[in-house]
Amino acid sequence: MSGTGFAAVTAQVVVVVGGAPLLAGLMRQVRAGMEGRAGAGIGQPWRDMRKLLRKEPITPVGTGPAFRTAPALLVATTAVVAALMPLLSTNTPLSGKADLILVVALLALGTVALALAGLDSGTAFGGMGASREMTVAALVEPTILVAVFAFSIPAGSTNLPAIVAGAVRDPSRLASPAGLLATAALAVAVLAETGRIPVDNPATHLELTMVHEAMVLEYAGPDLALVELGSQMRLTVLLGLLASLFAPWGIATSSSWAALAVALVMFIVKVALLGTVLAAAEVFWAKLRLFRVPELLAGSFLLALLAVTASYFLSGE
Amino acid sequence: MSTGTYTQLLDLACGAFLLAAVVVLWRRELVAIVQIFALQGIALAAIPLLLGLHEQRVVLVAVAVGIGVLRGGVLPYLMRRALAASVPPPGEEHQYEEDVSEARETQPLVNVATSLLTAAALTLLAYTVARPLVDLAPSPATRALPVGLAVVLIGLFVLATRRRALAQVVGFLLLDNGITATAFLAASGVPLIVELGVSFDVLLAVLVLQILTTRMRAAFGTTDIDDLRELHD
Repeated sequence: MSGTGFAAVTAQVVVVVGGAPLLAGLMRQVRAGMEGRAGAGIGQPWRDMRKLLRKEPITPVGTGPAFRTAPALLVATTAVVAALMPLLSTNTPLSGKADLILVVALLALGTVALALAGLDSGTAFGGMGASREMTVAALVEPTILVAVFAFSIPAGSTNLPAIVAGAVRDPSRLASPAGLLATAALAVAVLAETGRIPVDNPATHLELTMVHEAMVLEYAGPDLALVELGSQMRLTVLLGLLASLFAPWGIATSSSWAALAVALVMFIVKVALLGTVLAAAEVFWAKLRLFRVPELLAGSFLLALLAVTASYFLSGE
Repeated sequence: MSTGTYTQLLDLACGAFLLAAVVVLWRRELVAIVQIFALQGIALAAIPLLLGLHEQRVVLVAVAVGIGVLRGGVLPYLMRRALAASVPPPGEEHQYEEDVSEARETQPLVNVATSLLTAAALTLLAYTVARPLVDLAPSPATRALPVGLAVVLIGLFVLATRRRALAQVVGFLLLDNGITATAFLAASGVPLIVELGVSFDVLLAVLVLQILTTRMRAAFGTTDIDDLRELHD
C-alpha cells in the first residue's frame, strides 16, 4: 500500500474529529443568523469542550462500568467508522474491510452503549431516553442498510469503497429512480440517527420531547465533553456518508497526492454545505410528536425498500 | 429519442407514479392527498406519452393528453370541490354538530406506520407475481409492469382501510390509475374507444360518489361509512 492510503485514513480521522465541533458550531451559527440572533461563533463547541475537559470527572453514585465506558466507546466506534468510510479516498489500506454491514454495526454499537449508560444511571429520564432511542434505532438501522443496498446491487458488492468507486465511474446510477428514492430514505434515516429536528431537538432540555439529551443528562465534565464530541462526530460521519454515496465527485480513486488534496477540500465543502442546508431547514421545521416518529421512519424504510426493488427490477439486465 | 433516455425517463415516470401512491398512504390531510393524486395523474400521463414518442404512434400521444387532463386536472378539481363543500362556512348555525376535522384528516382504520409496511409487502408481492409476465416479453415497459400492479394493490388497500367517503374515492381512483398504468405498460394501452369508455366511466363514478357524499352529509352530518348501518326505503 502506498503512503497516500495511510495519509488518507489519517486525514479522514483527523478531519472528522477536529471538524465535527466546527460543523456543529457552523450549524448553530446558521440557525442563529436566520433567527436574527448574533450567535456564539463557529468555534464555540470547541471552547465548551475545553471548559468541560478542565473540570473534575464525576460519576453518579451507584453507576457501573456501562456508564463510565459509554462516552469512550461512542467516540472510539465513530472514529473507526470515520477511518473505514471512503470519505476522501476509495484506495486506502482499510478499503477492503469497509463493509456496509460492519459500518452500520459499529454505529449501532455506539447507540447501544449510550442507551445502556442511560439505563445505568437509574433515573427516570435516563430510562425513558434509552427506550425512545432504541425505538428509533430499531427502525433507523435497517433503513440505512436497505437504502445503501439499493446502490450495492448495481455495484455487486456491499463494500462501501467499491460502491463509491462504481458511482464515480458511472454517474447515471445516481439519477435513476432507485438513486433518488434511496437518497430520500437515507436523508431521513440520518436525521433520525443523529437526533436532528424532526425526530429530536438537540437544543432543548424539555423532558417531554428529548431523546438524546435524556440519556446524557447525568454526564458532567470530561465525560460530557466526550459524549458531545461523539454525537457531533456521528453527524459529520453520516453527512459524509450521504455526500460520498450521492455526490461522489472529487473523491480520490487513485493514489496521487493532488487527488487527495482535492478530495479533502471537496469533502469539507460538501459536508459544510449539507450542514448549512440542514440547519437552514431546521429553522422552518417543527419537531414531530414522538408518536408520529415511527410513521416517518416506516415511510423512509418503505422508500429504501422501493429503492432496492426498483434498482433490481427497473434497471433490468 | 435514444433508447437509453427513453428507458430512464420511463423508469422515472414509473418511480414517481409508485411514490405518489405511497405518499397518499403517508399523509393524513385530504387536501395534500388530492394534490398528490393530481401529481400521480401527470406521472401516469407521462407513461403513454413516452411510449407514443418512442413507438411514434400519434394515438398514444392523444390518449396521454386526455389522461393528463382528466386525472391531473378534472378529477382533482372535482375532489377539491367536494372537499370545499364539506367544510362548513364559519359563523353559521348548523342543524347537526358537524365534525370539522373530517374535512382535513382521513382517519385510517390501520395506523400509518402499519399501512406503510403493508404497502412495502404489497409492492414485493406485485414484483413476485409479475415476474412470469415480465419474462414473457422483456422490454423497458414490461419490466416496469410490477409498478402498475403495486399501485392496484395499494389502491385496494386504501379503499378497504379508510373510513371517510372522500378518502375511499381516492382509493378507488388509485386502483383505476394502477389498472390504466398496467394496461399501458403491458400492451401499450387498450384501443382508443375502450380507453374513452373507461375514462368516462371513472368520471361518472366520481360524480355519482360526490353526490352520494353530499347526500350522506345532509343525512348524517358526516361521511363516516361506519354510520351507514341501517337500511331505509
